[in-house]
Amino acid sequence: MRLQAVDVKLGYGDRVIVDGLDLGVEAGTVTTIIGPNGCGKSTLLRALGRLLKPSGGEVLLDGKKISTIATKEVARILTVLPQSPSAPEGLTVADLVARGRHPHQTWYRQWSSDDEKAVGVALNMTGLSDLAERPLDELSGGQRQRAWISMALAQGTDLLLLDEPTTFLDLAHQVEVLELVRDLHAQAGRTIVMVLHDLNLAARYADRLVAMRDGSVVAAGTPHEVLTEDLIREVFDLDSKVITDPVAGTPLVVPIGSHR
Amino acid sequence: MVATTAVKLPQLRHRRLTWLIGLTGVLVLAIVLSITIGAKAVPLTDAWHALTSPTGTESDIIIRSLRLPRTALGILAGIALGVAGALMQGHTRNPLADPGLLGVTQGAAFAMVASIIFLGTTSLLGFIWFGLAGALVASVGVFALGMVGGRGGPTPVTLALAGTAVSAFLYALTSAMVLLDEQAMDVFRFWQSGSIAARGTEVIWQVLPFIAAGLLLALLNASGLNALSLGEDVARNLGQNIALTRAVGVASVTLLTGAAVAACGSLSFIGLIVPHLARRVSGTDHRWLLPYSGLIGAALLLLGDVIGRVVAPPGELEVGVVLALLGAPFFVALVRRRKPVRL
Amino acid sequence: MTSYALRIAGLSWQVRLRGLAVTFGGLVLLVLLMALNMRIGDLPMTVGEVFTDTFDASSPAHFVIMELRLPRALTGALVGAALALSGAIIQSIARNPLASPEILGVTTGASVTVVAGVVVSGGVHGGVSGLLSSVGMPALALLGGLLGAVIVYGLAWRRGLDGYRLVLVGIGVAAVFTNVKYWLMTVGDVNDTAQAMVWISGSLHGRGWEHVIPVALALAVLIPLTLLGTRSLNALRFSDDTVTALGVRMNLSRALMILAAVLLAAVATASAGPVAFVALASPQIALRLIRSAQPPLLSSAIVGAVLTAGADLLARTAFSPIELPVGVVTAVLGAPYLIYLLTRIRKGRT
Repeated sequence: MRLQAVDVKLGYGDRVIVDGLDLGVEAGTVTTIIGPNGCGKSTLLRALGRLLKPSGGEVLLDGKKISTIATKEVARILTVLPQSPSAPEGLTVADLVARGRHPHQTWYRQWSSDDEKAVGVALNMTGLSDLAERPLDELSGGQRQRAWISMALAQGTDLLLLDEPTTFLDLAHQVEVLELVRDLHAQAGRTIVMVLHDLNLAARYADRLVAMRDGSVVAAGTPHEVLTEDLIREVFDLDSKVITDPVAGTPLVVPIGSHR
Repeated sequence: MVATTAVKLPQLRHRRLTWLIGLTGVLVLAIVLSITIGAKAVPLTDAWHALTSPTGTESDIIIRSLRLPRTALGILAGIALGVAGALMQGHTRNPLADPGLLGVTQGAAFAMVASIIFLGTTSLLGFIWFGLAGALVASVGVFALGMVGGRGGPTPVTLALAGTAVSAFLYALTSAMVLLDEQAMDVFRFWQSGSIAARGTEVIWQVLPFIAAGLLLALLNASGLNALSLGEDVARNLGQNIALTRAVGVASVTLLTGAAVAACGSLSFIGLIVPHLARRVSGTDHRWLLPYSGLIGAALLLLGDVIGRVVAPPGELEVGVVLALLGAPFFVALVRRRKPVRL
Repeated sequence: MTSYALRIAGLSWQVRLRGLAVTFGGLVLLVLLMALNMRIGDLPMTVGEVFTDTFDASSPAHFVIMELRLPRALTGALVGAALALSGAIIQSIARNPLASPEILGVTTGASVTVVAGVVVSGGVHGGVSGLLSSVGMPALALLGGLLGAVIVYGLAWRRGLDGYRLVLVGIGVAAVFTNVKYWLMTVGDVNDTAQAMVWISGSLHGRGWEHVIPVALALAVLIPLTLLGTRSLNALRFSDDTVTALGVRMNLSRALMILAAVLLAAVATASAGPVAFVALASPQIALRLIRSAQPPLLSSAIVGAVLTAGADLLARTAFSPIELPVGVVTAVLGAPYLIYLLTRIRKGRT
């Protein structure tokens, strides 16, 4: 297990969102967390990325308690991209991506050749090299999202946690971002954990799905194991038909509403 | 430290270096003007003579005992206020933040006035010690208030509001004291107006260690502030300890502003305006923004002081007024001409 | 938040319970503070006598109350309400909790003209004459306040009014006014300086009906207008793109709301001087009491009135017989309370 949540209790203030949850993420897999709004997906992801300290239980990174590892050390092992992050106006793509090198820098070593190489590679991989000098606020939503992923890549970790990387993107750009995620996985065997809303895209791009409801894990396994009509009713209170995706062969969820 | 950044973008780096050199040039020019111009103009050759091999001529004395300390204090205070302003606006992400936001300026004022009334302090050096102490206490108090109940350090909004509230509180107490004591009022009104004239060499040695320490902390704070400007979650993801970054920033602002306002009076609006000017050339990278702000702050303060010396002979106009009358309209014109760089 | 929809014959409003509680609780507290305040004077009274004598025209104290004490108490409450309302509007538009009428050039403009007036006349007559302090100062303040606002407004307007540009221009203009004011204070005689300082701190000393009526009129006209504008303020809270999408005619509603804020602050400042801290703190206190996301207009005004009335009471009793300017005390009273609210809410959240 690369990353593990053991009996974690999570919340903000007195409000408990997740209680007594266990979850393991295996090395070299793409895991996607699904579930209805407010079920604690993002909260769990934040805890896995040590952005949120559990009030009970532990998060283990490579078997060690993440809270005992220096935060800068953690930043060289895993990167977590929060949901719709914001950058100061006028920040260029290259500047943003370069800030991903922060954990590798010290006050006496501000910009090494490694830093430069990592930024170049990250820009290339996300196809942003030509836009490097453009301010972030002039980019389209899809490009902006790729820029943030590029920053996460420049951080040079092989463990990536992405919180809804496809929010506010149209279908084409959603696919584009998820293809990129899959490429990252294929190229260097990176371990990736994502929160996604679209079940069908989740099924197509993940090795493992984790379904959550009311702060607990309801089911975990391959998309075929998890995405069943019964489970979707249990998790989302939604009647649906599950058929086979004619393109990828993965499960395809078709909701049944009362209007056609 | 700054010279090695952003190799990725040779063009941008080139532009930034050019600006750095240009601004340094402006500061040097301001220094030369500040040493040579005044009630008695001293030619450059005489000034050089006074600096390198003084023989006790009239201009030697003027330069060494008056103009040199005055210029040195102007440089120190200008750098300190410019850098402190940039730090403060960066930490709070609020364009209205000035270096005095954490109660530093009003803490200094309160302690100085209290020392006059209750301890009968009369010497300038004495005032400054009290001013420094007041600034430190006020700022630590605000930071502690901001910390109450919060994990991971105070949020910028809490910090800013707590600072404003404490400042208003202290200002109220100071007003009450000076309204009840005419002698304190007389000292206070001149301090409030702000000046770097007639401070003497001792004052410089008195504030130098604080400003040096503050600048060191500011340099250490720059890259952390860059991470923080992407939001707290991203900063934490990048391995930045947020509470520590904020604490270092607050310590730096306190040392810089406390020393500057204790010695020169409430010139903290320099720190309000200068970072907005510097941000136009540096963008949002604090590793460049801080040095630019320092250079612009120092140049502006010196030029304002020089103009104040010659504009109303035989008297002088305080640098605070000159800066407000000349600098602020310039600033407004800039804001109007181009789209402001937001925080 | 608990909220109910109040519907009467096709009209409907959303009513928030906490807002109602704060509003009514505030009003009761205000009346009480004003009554306590009106006890004070050469002719001491009990609170009960204050109430009976106010409404009993035949009582000997009726004249004292109607001519001296009531106008002063009313000036305090109304000025506080006007400044707080002005601050609430500006904080909503600038989307910045540190914004206050100061960045609109109103209070700083008023201060600088008044200090200039005091210093100039002091130089001529060797002191502030009675006429200047009773008629001249309010007129000067109104003139300076409006002039300051026109300058800020004019400089910030550029094919529309951008909240961020307004704030930056406001900083610049306020810096000029403030520093000129500081300098003027060093020019004149130290007694004149003290006199000017009392005024620029904000004072209710000797305020009569002529101070009440302008503020009352301004509030009577502008409170309904700004409440009508609340809906657009709610929209203004979002980024400019969203606002346009929500269909608010942004520049117009923004411009009108700012105009209202300017008038409120200018009239209030003319009556009692730029009473410190009220405009900045009241909206922040009110929004924390009500737990809303942005400054609530009506409750801010009531908090402002209570704060000012309470401060005036303290200003007159703390160092009695010496009376402090009310503006010195507003911060002493309001700052600790705001800090208390800040820390309490932080605790509740984590």
